[in-house]
Amino acid sequence: MRSRFLTCLFPITALLLAAATTSQAAGISQGAMLSNSCAACHGTDGKSPGAIPSIHGKSSQFISRTLTEFRSGKRPSTVMGRHTKGYSDEEIRLIAEYFATLK
Amino acid sequence: MNTMNRRKFIQLLGGSSVILAALGPLAACSKRATTTGRVIVVGGGFGGATCAKYLHRFDPNLDITLVEPARRFVTCPFSNAVLGGMRDMDAISHDYTAHEKRGIKVVHAMVQEVDAPAHKVTLSNGQTLAYDRLVLSPGIDFRWEDVEGMTAADAQSIPHAWQGGSQTTLLRDQLTAMPDGGTVIIAPPGNPFRCPPGPYERVSLIAHYLKQQKPRSKILILDAKDKFSKQPLFMQGWQQLYPGMIEWVSGSEGGRIDEVDVATRTLISELGDKHKGDVINFIPPQKAGLIAHKAGLTNNDGWCPVDQRTFESSIQADIHVIGDASIAGKMPKSGFAANSQGKVCAAAIVSALHGVSMPEPSYVNTCYSLVSPDYGISVAAVYRYSKEKGIYKVKGSGGVSPKDADAAFRQQEARYASGWYDSITSDTFS
Repeated sequence: MRSRFLTCLFPITALLLAAATTSQAAGISQGAMLSNSCAACHGTDGKSPGAIPSIHGKSSQFISRTLTEFRSGKRPSTVMGRHTKGYSDEEIRLIAEYFATLK
Repeated sequence: MNTMNRRKFIQLLGGSSVILAALGPLAACSKRATTTGRVIVVGGGFGGATCAKYLHRFDPNLDITLVEPARRFVTCPFSNAVLGGMRDMDAISHDYTAHEKRGIKVVHAMVQEVDAPAHKVTLSNGQTLAYDRLVLSPGIDFRWEDVEGMTAADAQSIPHAWQGGSQTTLLRDQLTAMPDGGTVIIAPPGNPFRCPPGPYERVSLIAHYLKQQKPRSKILILDAKDKFSKQPLFMQGWQQLYPGMIEWVSGSEGGRIDEVDVATRTLISELGDKHKGDVINFIPPQKAGLIAHKAGLTNNDGWCPVDQRTFESSIQADIHVIGDASIAGKMPKSGFAANSQGKVCAAAIVSALHGVSMPEPSYVNTCYSLVSPDYGISVAAVYRYSKEKGIYKVKGSGGVSPKDADAAFRQQEARYASGWYDSITSDTFS
C-alpha cells in the first residue's frame, strides 16, 4: 500500500516542482533589472537597514512621483537628482510598479 | 523548495503523517532532479557574494557553490574609517551565514585550477567541482614586477592596505605608533586601479586622525597621476578642514614612484627625488586577481575582457568575470560596481540556463567618500549597454556633489555614506 502510494506521489511531486521551476524561469522582468540597482543603497527589496530611506512598501504612485520630482529638481536631493536623470518616464514607471509588487 | 511552498504542497496532498514522512526524502530527491544548473562563484566580495545571492533569488532551484578562502570578509569600503579611528575591524567584517541559510554551499578554499574545456575547478582542499557556469570575482592582484626594490613580502613593513584585513590593521598600528610631527606618505597608483577616490578619502581620514592626535604631522601624496577622482571637492575639503597639513605632488611634477628602498622607508621618484616617511602607504599598480591569470582569462594589460552585457569572458565560454578584474566599459573598479555587475551577471546566467532572453542590463555606481566624519562627498552614474559602445554612461546622469554645497549638505552626505555602507553590505552579505 505504502509503496504504491509513493509511486503515485513521485510523479506529482516532480510535476509540481517542475511547474514551480518553469514559472520562476518565465523571465526576469525589466522592472526587476532596473530596480535591483536601487538595492545597493536602499537595501535588498528596498528595505534599508540604515540612514538611507526605505522604498519597500511604498505605492507605485508615490515612487513614480518622487522619482520624477527628483529628476526635474522640484524635490531637492543630494544624489537622487543625479541618479534619476539616467531613467526615462517608462523606466521610472517600471521601477515604481516593481517595488509596489513586493510584499 | 521554500517553507511556504512546502506547506502549500502538504495541504494539497492532505497532510497525513504518512505523506509527511515520505515527503522529506522525496522532495530532496526531486529537487536534485530539477536543479536548473550548477553555478560556481569564486570570490566572496562585493561581486561574488552579490552574484551568488541574486542567482538564488532569480532561481532558487540552482545548485550554487560560493568558493571563498576567508570565513569573514573584511571590506575595503570604510577601512579608511578604521585608519581614521572611527570604526573597528569588526564593524567592517562580514560572514556568509545568510548565504548558507539560503542553501548556497559555501566552501572556504582557494581555486587552484580551472579546467575550462572540462567545466571543472580544483580547490586547495583537494575537491574537484563541476559547473555549467563559472563566475570569477577575484578582485585585484599587484604588479610587484613593476616596482623596483619591493616584493609582496615587503608589504609587511610598507603596507598597501588595498585589500581588506590584516593590511588595514598593520597600517592603523603604524599610524598610532608614529610620533607627533611625523610624515605619512601615501603613493596612489596610475589608472586603472581599485576604488579611484579611495586613496584621497584615506588621506582625508588619516588627516582627521592626525589633527586630533598628532597635529604637527604632515601627509605627502606622491601621485602617479596628474588628476584624480573628485579632486576639486577633496582639495576644497582639505583646505577647509586640514589647512597646511596635506601636500599633493602630481605625476608629472615628480609624484610618480618607480623604486622603493624598504630598509630606509624611502620612495624614489622617476626623477630621482628621494622621499623618506615615518609611515609609508605605497599602493602598487594593479592587475586582475591571480586566478584570472591562471585560468588564462586576461589580456596583455592584465585585466579580463568580457561581453559587457553578460560578463561572459571573451576568451572562454561559460566563464563570467565580474568586479575589479573585469573590463567593464565606463564603470569604475568599485565595490558598488561589482555589486551591480553581480546582479546583471546573475540575470544573464539564469536567463541563459532557462533558454530565455535576459532583460536589458542596467548598471549603477555610487561612491561616497568621507572628508571627515561629518563631511561627505559622492560620485554617481547610471550605465547602459550597447553593442557599439559596450557599457556607457547615460547622458545627463550622474556626476559629483556640487562644489558650492553648504555644511548641512556635506553632513547629510556623510550620514548617507554610513547608510550606504549598511545597505550595500546587507545587499551583498545578508
